[in-house]
Amino acid sequence: MEHYTMNLNLQVWRQKNKQDKGHFDTYQVSNISSEMSFLEMIDVLNERLIREGSDPIAFDHDCREGICGMCSMYINGKPHGPWEGTTTCQLHMRAFRDGDTIVVEPWRAKAFPVIKDLMVDRSAFDRIIQSGGYISVNTGNAVDGNSIPVEKEKADASFAAAMCIGCGACVAACKNSSAMLFVSAKVSHLALLPQGSPERKTRVLDMMAQMDKEGFGSCTNTGACEAVCPKEISITNIARLNAEYISAGLTEDK
Amino acid sequence: MKWSEFFTSSVGKKFIMGLTGITLILFLVVHAGLNACIFATLLDENDHGEMFNKAAHFMGSNVIPRLLEIGLFLGIFLHIIQGLVLEFQNRSKRGISYKVNYGNRGSKWYSRSMGLLGTILLIFLILHWVQFWIPSRFTGMEEVTIDGKQVHDLFGLMKTTFEEPWVVLVYVLACISLAYHLLHGFQSAFRTLGLRSNRYLRIVKGLGIAFSILIPLVFALMPISMHFHWVG
Repeated sequence: MEHYTMNLNLQVWRQKNKQDKGHFDTYQVSNISSEMSFLEMIDVLNERLIREGSDPIAFDHDCREGICGMCSMYINGKPHGPWEGTTTCQLHMRAFRDGDTIVVEPWRAKAFPVIKDLMVDRSAFDRIIQSGGYISVNTGNAVDGNSIPVEKEKADASFAAAMCIGCGACVAACKNSSAMLFVSAKVSHLALLPQGSPERKTRVLDMMAQMDKEGFGSCTNTGACEAVCPKEISITNIARLNAEYISAGLTEDK
Repeated sequence: MKWSEFFTSSVGKKFIMGLTGITLILFLVVHAGLNACIFATLLDENDHGEMFNKAAHFMGSNVIPRLLEIGLFLGIFLHIIQGLVLEFQNRSKRGISYKVNYGNRGSKWYSRSMGLLGTILLIFLILHWVQFWIPSRFTGMEEVTIDGKQVHDLFGLMKTTFEEPWVVLVYVLACISLAYHLLHGFQSAFRTLGLRSNRYLRIVKGLGIAFSILIPLVFALMPISMHFHWVG
């Protein structure tokens, strides 16, 4: 792929803290390499801001290899930017052309309040997981790998759901700010496995109750979540979550 | 889990939307089928709307359709109220809106506009009730004699109502809204109820598209063919 450099016009959301109203600031960045990642481009801008004595842009990032789920930028109207199945850290500047204007916003949802600039508080997801996204068993000694048979198809579907890195792009893209794709991935990955079945009913009821409590919206099956998911979690999981919830909700006596 | 907890959870609320939606879909088949009796005049020039008036009389006088009508109205109001509540609740979850919207890149416009399409349908329904249902059920209307029985001349009422071009226009616009509402709602209702098997989803999707085109088309043809005197 041909290497090129570009000059860009950035419009970035700046917000001092939770209370601040926030606004967009415009920055010109020049001589950006097409080989840079999007976050490296922001790093270059931040170096300059620090040299100039102004406040660098705060943003979340950790592994920078697309597996931790920390990066969370809403770039030109799409969570994680224009590429499909990609996190912001894996988005590279060759996705853009010289002279482009790029608008960078934080995830927008009341359940994800802005901490500073592009950083949002996603601890609501942690609380949803804490409410039931686990299995509680005394593991004892490690058992033989083949003592619990699992169908290959179910194992694959479970693994595909477990790919969810909890970045929150689904919430950011959903018109209802619903966390259903996230919750459905977490519920599905355990519901499909024999290890998850003892707590299957209470898990789905508790996790959904927590999701509602955190102030996420409900699902209207538009499919925007699936389209932006960096791990390409299927919307089929949401239908599974619905089925799990309805059957548990109509039968559980708790 | 308490019933109240189930029906006030976000999945429970959608469950109501899906169930009532499917009920209304079934009703549309009955309504479109019965009203299609107006087209009997195309096959039999001596019909003059008799078949339609007889069918309408049966629906209005027999106890079973009258009982079903109560269920239907419960379903309609539940669907409308729950739909509006969900629309407002979901809209309130974002806070500050985006400067650049994701728009049609990840979802179809009509799947995001169910509240708007539904509201258009509600406004249409009020007009429709005032024009046909209330006169026939409560305030009374002109009658004709068929086989020695006095029955409401709903066919005649349709003919006079659809003389007005604006009425025809409103009905056609409502049919277009209905088509898009169904195009998303049909398959979404089944997903909400938990359908995820690809074998069945393929059938539901295909059926949904066919239904969303056919039923509104049959409905739209009624005011149009009345207006242009294709039937009568």
